[in-house]
Amino acid sequence: MGSFIGALPGAVSQGLIWGIMAIGVYITYKILDVADLTVDGSFCTGGAVFVMLFAAQVPVPVALLAAFGAGLLAGLATGLLHTFCGIPAILSGILTQLGLWSVNLAIMGMKANVSINVNDEANLNRLWVSLRFVSSVADGKMPFYRHPIVVVGVFTIAVIAVLYWFFGTELGSALRATGANGNMARAQGINTNVTKVLGLMISNGLVALSGALLSQYQSFADASMGRGAIVIGLAAVIIGEVVFSRLFRNFALNLLAVSFGAIIYYVVIQAVISLSDINTNYLKLISAAIVAIFLTVPYWKGRFFSKPVKRGGAANA
Amino acid sequence: MLDVKNIYKTFNPGTVNEKTALRGVSLHLEDGDFVTVIGGNGAGKSTLLNAVAGTWLVDEGSISIGGVDVTHLPEHKRAKYIGRVFQDPMMGTAATMQIEENLALAARRGKGRTLRRGIAREERENYRELLKILDLGLEDRLTTKVGLLSGGQRQALTLLMATLQRPDLLLLDEHTAALDPKTAAKVLDATERIVNKDKLTTLMITHNMKDAIIHGNRLIMMYDGQIVLDISGEDKKKLTVEDLLAKFGQATGSDEADDKLLLG
Repeated sequence: MGSFIGALPGAVSQGLIWGIMAIGVYITYKILDVADLTVDGSFCTGGAVFVMLFAAQVPVPVALLAAFGAGLLAGLATGLLHTFCGIPAILSGILTQLGLWSVNLAIMGMKANVSINVNDEANLNRLWVSLRFVSSVADGKMPFYRHPIVVVGVFTIAVIAVLYWFFGTELGSALRATGANGNMARAQGINTNVTKVLGLMISNGLVALSGALLSQYQSFADASMGRGAIVIGLAAVIIGEVVFSRLFRNFALNLLAVSFGAIIYYVVIQAVISLSDINTNYLKLISAAIVAIFLTVPYWKGRFFSKPVKRGGAANA
Repeated sequence: MLDVKNIYKTFNPGTVNEKTALRGVSLHLEDGDFVTVIGGNGAGKSTLLNAVAGTWLVDEGSISIGGVDVTHLPEHKRAKYIGRVFQDPMMGTAATMQIEENLALAARRGKGRTLRRGIAREERENYRELLKILDLGLEDRLTTKVGLLSGGQRQALTLLMATLQRPDLLLLDEHTAALDPKTAAKVLDATERIVNKDKLTTLMITHNMKDAIIHGNRLIMMYDGQIVLDISGEDKKKLTVEDLLAKFGQATGSDEADDKLLLG
């Protein structure tokens, strides 16, 4: 039990970082109504770009921005495969994801793993978030605002604020309409191909930003760091929805719920690791099972436990 | 206003499902014409409307709206000139978005979408006033999600959206067919009012012969991908359902009064 509580701040930090990725997944899966599998590749792209630029002494904010930009490009690739080439969205995402495997290795100089040397004091001081800061703050060696939960929390709020603004604009509304009803969107003069590509770009930009933050946090980027990311993202979206849908109605709060969903996911995983002696190789299986169960429940509820529909139309139909 | 010249459309060419839906249709609408379109199932009515709206491109022929050649324009670009209400009440509105959000999207039909606010404050008052015209109690439910509305309410809202920004051409594809008779009458009534008020050039498909006769200043009948009857002016005013059935028999060379056409 003690080890679980000790690991809690780290789990929450990781959950917050993955939460930004999950918000990206929310944009495609919930708003655009597309299951985008690019995520598994673009997450690592963000991490790889960040680590390489960091090693080249590029300032951290610039490196984060570059990682975001790389994610935009990954989304653009999927978007063009889907709209311009007419390939189904799922397959487009898989194709980009596969291609990104090579691209990511190339970014990392054909190595599967590149790390930041955090034993070098100069490197450590440049980082914005690091696993090490969790204990540094706890030991009082660092002010509280350097704690990853605070830093990534600020990132999350900033991301939510920008998205809240964006989806309230004309362009953002057009994007939402595209996902809600493509026919209606086109009848209103919206080029749904453009909005789809834009949505995929923003989504993957956020996913890559999340990957950059994770590689910074764990001080390395790994070619397989994004494997199963889409499942974690979906888990966060669904957990957030199940737990908070009655509480949160507002769009910004829905995004916050996704972030909370990712935190809950990581805390649960951490609990499983700490409180049992399970081989961690089984975690992916557990994740897949959790997501499958959460997706099944609403479907079965709707099929067998739905309330009978009242007969007769509304009086003012 | 609308100029359709000799258009052809074949679906699934070269397969067993090949179906020629339009065979050389030509149609000219004057500014302010309200044309009703009737015909049996598979006559090509919806296909004609979709051709004009740009759901897909026609195989042959040309289409122009208000002097602009739109033959090769995609659907979303033609939307600048066209307001549409579909047969399926689910198709014309975004269910997960609010009433005012749907209206705001429609208010920007054919304009560039920028990073300005999706709904300006002063728009809301305007929408409230416009919703009052529908007389469905929607003016107090601006932030209600459209998915919670009945089919009739959604169709009326779609109609308002289609005409919010005056369209050069209004396309109504059996927009009351999925509604119960009472609601259908209400929506049709609202249609008549809006079309008359703004003097909109309108093309309305209906399965109901009576409606086709009552509404509009011109009636066309389609059969097997062609226009077989075109009545306007005084002739149309004197028209009865019996006349129409007789004329249908003459035009198609069959003496059986098509049940499908009659009962729709």
